[in-house]
Amino acid sequence: MSAATRTAAIAALTLLFASAASAQQTAVQRGDAKFQHSCTPCHGAGVGDDGRAMLPGTDALRIKYRDAKPPVPALLEQRTDLTAPAIRAFVRNGSFSMPPFRPTELTDAEISDIAAYIADKAKRAPRR
Amino acid sequence: MAVLPPGVSAETFAAAIKEFEAAVGKEWVFTSDEDLVPYRDHFSYIKNQPNELIPSAAVGPDSTEQVQALVRAANKHKIPLYAISTGKNFAYGGPSPNVRGSVTVDLKRMNRVLEVNDKRYYAVVEPGVSYIDLYRHIQDHNLKVWVDTPDPGWGSPIGNALDHGIGYTMGNYRDHFGAHYGMEVVLPSGEIMRTGMGALPASKSWHEYKHGFGPDPAGLFGQGNFGIVTKMGFRLMPQPEHWRTGAVMVPKRADLIPLVDTVNYLTDLAIIGEPWYGNGLAALMGNTDFREAAMGFNETVMDAQAAAAKVHSWQVELQFYGSERTTLSNWEYTKELMTRAIPNARFMDGESFKVPLSREQISKSTTPYRSNMRRNITQGVPGLGIWWMPSRSDANPNAWDETHIGLFSLIGRSGEAIFQAQKDFASVAKKLGMPSLFPNAIQTPVNWYQYAFIMGNGFGLGRSDTSPEGKKAAAAKLREVLAENAKLGYGDYRAPPMLQDDVADQYSYNNHVLRRFNETLKDAIDPNGIIMPGRAGVWPAAYRSMRGSLK
Repeated sequence: MSAATRTAAIAALTLLFASAASAQQTAVQRGDAKFQHSCTPCHGAGVGDDGRAMLPGTDALRIKYRDAKPPVPALLEQRTDLTAPAIRAFVRNGSFSMPPFRPTELTDAEISDIAAYIADKAKRAPRR
Repeated sequence: MAVLPPGVSAETFAAAIKEFEAAVGKEWVFTSDEDLVPYRDHFSYIKNQPNELIPSAAVGPDSTEQVQALVRAANKHKIPLYAISTGKNFAYGGPSPNVRGSVTVDLKRMNRVLEVNDKRYYAVVEPGVSYIDLYRHIQDHNLKVWVDTPDPGWGSPIGNALDHGIGYTMGNYRDHFGAHYGMEVVLPSGEIMRTGMGALPASKSWHEYKHGFGPDPAGLFGQGNFGIVTKMGFRLMPQPEHWRTGAVMVPKRADLIPLVDTVNYLTDLAIIGEPWYGNGLAALMGNTDFREAAMGFNETVMDAQAAAAKVHSWQVELQFYGSERTTLSNWEYTKELMTRAIPNARFMDGESFKVPLSREQISKSTTPYRSNMRRNITQGVPGLGIWWMPSRSDANPNAWDETHIGLFSLIGRSGEAIFQAQKDFASVAKKLGMPSLFPNAIQTPVNWYQYAFIMGNGFGLGRSDTSPEGKKAAAAKLREVLAENAKLGYGDYRAPPMLQDDVADQYSYNNHVLRRFNETLKDAIDPNGIIMPGRAGVWPAAYRSMRGSLK
């Protein structure tokens, strides 16, 4: 391999990694936007209605995991155990009062983006 | 593929699916059991039963043209279609069709906000736009209009309006179908029709004059099955500068009559938004003497006990929109009118905020109103806070309301009508051997629709026994409640597919002439009966033998 060819190959590889990193970043950003749109109305932070301290999805998970050891956060954005397949299972099948969501509402790719966003959020969170 | 449409062979169905795929793209046609799970009613009384209302397939068009292509293919192969917009009409069937094996036309991908005009105060949307989407669009573009939202904001303005849903601001916006101005519909033939001024090709006022010229068929598409609505215009409330609330408390049971009369006057003069009726007596229901008096409608004892406990018999919370000065002036005027009608009325100043409220103001949980839900929905901020209702609670951490259902009877808008309805519902409960949930002398009405009251009935049936047999028994009991209520003059305004034939059957004046009229039209407009057969009890000839078959 000539020096010029090698330089070109390195440049191409650099570009490839850069664009992979950029695609990953984009997935996180897309996942953030989709999470805020589709999930936070129920699973976000903030107070609930009728005097309740939390929004319904967050409160339901607080109740579900209230005796869990080690503790499991009520807020999805603080979870470290939510893989794309796990999220997909809940989204497509529903759970308790959470109804299932259709592919026209959240595609599999968007669910993967949400998983990337939550994983990124967990990575950035201070260690507990 | 678990089911086929009724009377359709596997070969015909496969041919139809191929045409659906050609119309919308293969990736937007769903036929596997796994893909169809979210198209089932999560709260169905007949979940996992052989008669559950599940689709045979679902298709997700992205445009009116694709809807046309789907309808034409369905007509060719005689495939029943069931259209959903966001599919969140829970308590009324969610996304499930009336006929098992229908193909669900999922309009969620048609999610464009086509126009929001904050000078002429209207919006035009596609079916997949949710209330939350429309609200965010308005916020993102800094437009000075409000959305009149139902409790859960994940529904769509089009889907909610088409099922005669309601909201919580001023009367003319609360009736969501009434607040629609102009729609576009794909007819069973595949043709596109526009109602009102939209029928005039060069019209510049489609969303400002709804009647157009001549007979207006728009009403046929509300709870109807005459086409698939692909666009609708809605009147929007201008964002007011100020919001104020106040409560009126009256001491005696009979005071409800002048209280309602006065509120009606203020409502119909457009001085107040939605009134919230309540009472101070719920706390006394733990007292055996009071409970017996309330269940027996003993007004004298109830009044005496309320006076002894220093609680009021009735209250109403009122919303005022305008400027700081006009809202204050209207609240003062309300007090004056109320005092004239009910000299012992007491008043409580509520909240007084410059609009738009800050997030902190909306989230406030101090007196006089602990519920921020009122701060959200009374000023058109859609959300999902209400979803605590069917969800886990600290008291029931491993349970949820699997039989979440909405049934509400229309009541005349007067105190006398409320008293009569309370007694009538109590008599029905007694006759049917039901535990009395609401039917007693403290049940309050809701005034979602400006010109009528609504009272809930049948809530809680099925919650105690969620086995298939328990749910079946609860559904049977609901049917009895509906039938008995109807004999006394109370009809429901919405129902899930499971109960639509039962409710429709009660609107039977002159030997069911209304149903016969609708079905004559249905057969003429939709000869193959492919558009949502059975919706609201309107059955096309091809499926008419299915009427009442869902038990």
